[in-house]
Amino acid sequence: MRYLSEYRDPEVARSLVHQIRDTATRRWVMMEVCGGQTHTIVKQGLGELLGDAVEMIHGPGCPVCVTPLEQIDKALALAARPDVIFASFGDMLRVPGSDCDLQQVRARGGAVRVVYSPLDALALAQANPDKEVVFFAVGFETTAPANAMAVWRARELGVPNFSVLVSHVTVPPAMRAILDAPDNRVQAFLAAGHVCTVMGWTEYEPIAAEYRVPIVVTGFEPIDILEGIHFAVRQLEDGRHEVENQYVRAVTRAGTVPARSLVEQVFRLADRKWRGIGEIPGSGLVLRDEFAAFDAEAKFGLGDVTVEEPAECRAGDVLRGRLKPHQCPAFGSRCTPEHPLGAPMVSSEGACAAYYNYGRFREMEVVGRGS
Amino acid sequence: MTLATSGLTCPAPIGSNDRVQLGHGSGGKLSAALLRDHFLPRLGNPILDQLGDAAVLSLPTGEIAVSTDTFVVRPLEFPGGNIGALAVHGTVNDLAMMGAEPRYLTLGVVLEEGLPFEVLDRVLAALAEAAAGAGVAIVAGDTKVVERGRADGMYINTTGVGLLHPVVRPAAHRAAPGDAVLVSGAIGRHGMAVMALREGLEFETTITSDTACLWPLVRGLRDAVGPELRVLRDPTRGGLASALNEIAAASRVGIALDEAALPVPTDVGAACEMLGLDPLYVANEGVLVAMVPATLADAALAALQAHPLGAGSRRIGTVVSQHPGMVVLRTALGGTRVVDLLPGDQLPRIC
Repeated sequence: MRYLSEYRDPEVARSLVHQIRDTATRRWVMMEVCGGQTHTIVKQGLGELLGDAVEMIHGPGCPVCVTPLEQIDKALALAARPDVIFASFGDMLRVPGSDCDLQQVRARGGAVRVVYSPLDALALAQANPDKEVVFFAVGFETTAPANAMAVWRARELGVPNFSVLVSHVTVPPAMRAILDAPDNRVQAFLAAGHVCTVMGWTEYEPIAAEYRVPIVVTGFEPIDILEGIHFAVRQLEDGRHEVENQYVRAVTRAGTVPARSLVEQVFRLADRKWRGIGEIPGSGLVLRDEFAAFDAEAKFGLGDVTVEEPAECRAGDVLRGRLKPHQCPAFGSRCTPEHPLGAPMVSSEGACAAYYNYGRFREMEVVGRGS
Repeated sequence: MTLATSGLTCPAPIGSNDRVQLGHGSGGKLSAALLRDHFLPRLGNPILDQLGDAAVLSLPTGEIAVSTDTFVVRPLEFPGGNIGALAVHGTVNDLAMMGAEPRYLTLGVVLEEGLPFEVLDRVLAALAEAAAGAGVAIVAGDTKVVERGRADGMYINTTGVGLLHPVVRPAAHRAAPGDAVLVSGAIGRHGMAVMALREGLEFETTITSDTACLWPLVRGLRDAVGPELRVLRDPTRGGLASALNEIAAASRVGIALDEAALPVPTDVGAACEMLGLDPLYVANEGVLVAMVPATLADAALAALQAHPLGAGSRRIGTVVSQHPGMVVLRTALGGTRVVDLLPGDQLPRIC
């Protein structure tokens, strides 16, 4: 695994942890935006290594977690249609809708296929001209170029039986929503490296300046994350608030211009609901009118479906860092990975699922020591 | 059924010998030919050749172990093996994990109409080779043919009979705090070999399945460790993580794993990275986990390493009294995380 093991080196990690602890004169609160970063932090137990120096709040950057309930319900309705093959990334299959999930629809006879690329879904449409193939286009700016490419190619090749159910969200409006909240605790951000690979970081410069908050564009390996945290702690200690780039091997200030341009040609900004958070103005991407023929919501008349979320799920407070998952009254009792109330308990990147495991372990440790 | 008569060309005329037809399940001449031409030449032995309604076995006195397993792998053939090898190894290994010496297998096969005979023959050849390698005889069998579209080429069920040892009785509930946790070789190979093929992924090297008979390793362990061979498990579906969780729950102990010691091959690790999967949950078909008292760990490892299949064996962790029912991993960076059972299938992540 060349170019990967270097970023997991235990010696380098230990040295970075020491530097972070030595630099921090107080406990700083920062948020990693992306679910992929949350995954690394949980998988490698980084929170425990950082001790009292830094508190990490898991941000809203898991596309599985923030896809709104009504889009999930639309996906379920489409997948259940006999004339539809519904193609999706794997981890959307277990996200609970109002009364079931895509796996259950598949068990009842729905044609649900897991694909690794939206272009695979397009190929599926070409191979099944007598079926409608709908791809669930979810995710942040990271997945937007590939999804835009699939729609672009569908128009170019003239594939009339292909469409996309779009539930795209963008990061900067969500960061503003978090910072605008009256009880915000976040003092610095680790920005999502892969989002910035596409978009660059110019969008983050006004946020850093306006809110006086350090933003460090950060990668996904343990060394990346520890280095990103170190950069952010240094800024906080120095009283600086800049956009800094830790992920230099992948990200430039301008991003990947052809990918950005493709996204801009296919999608436009729109208001978008986030699961558990509610509507954030200008935070979503929808297809431009020129590509309306590939919009599954229009094609199948689903545009006006709205769904209210269950009141008991406090996912919004968790995703905004207001509530630790285990402080939720439903946590671990009425809401578990087997029977999730909300998406953060479903996704392997979800903050609630992560706490479910870690929290149980900590409880056991305390019991173990006491007895 | 209307058969082709004069002047018409039937796409699969009678006598055409390259694919399984529904008639091969009719009980008539075609069925007899299926057995005569494909099954018996490869699998025949004095017991099976009787072709009676049931096999007659003579067994030494003592207790026997019986295990059954059904194999539905898609694709049927994959680098390192096929469903035939798997059908022998899967059941034989289940017997071996009880400390039992595998002796006999029955074979039930559901064939899908249209399956090419060349595929069937390769599967049966691998099945015969695996059975010979494991020292088991196929003593009873059954074939059925279903219409095209009603099975993925073929399904196989095998039931195995093995001889239990009078005193060496490994079981999932016998793990005790202080025991060493050993694994016999690299993890994740079978699952990733199949998945790479299914998803059309190509890597610089081809990941091959580890499908193998584990009985020789178990025999070595049985001799070296004796009754203190407390737990044996082959981490198949659900991978190492699921097997260890089941043991921790059954024995009401905790298991502490050392991530740096886990034998994850470079190619398996890279494929898992790409698909967003965790090798701890990926299926194995030729690896065993053993738990023995720490004082016997070296003897157990020496016994495993004496066989080529166990050359890569090593200690990966320890059974502890803390966090009962839970598997906790010490990460390479020094953090900890709980390695839980998955609620369902492992699903590839978006990012």
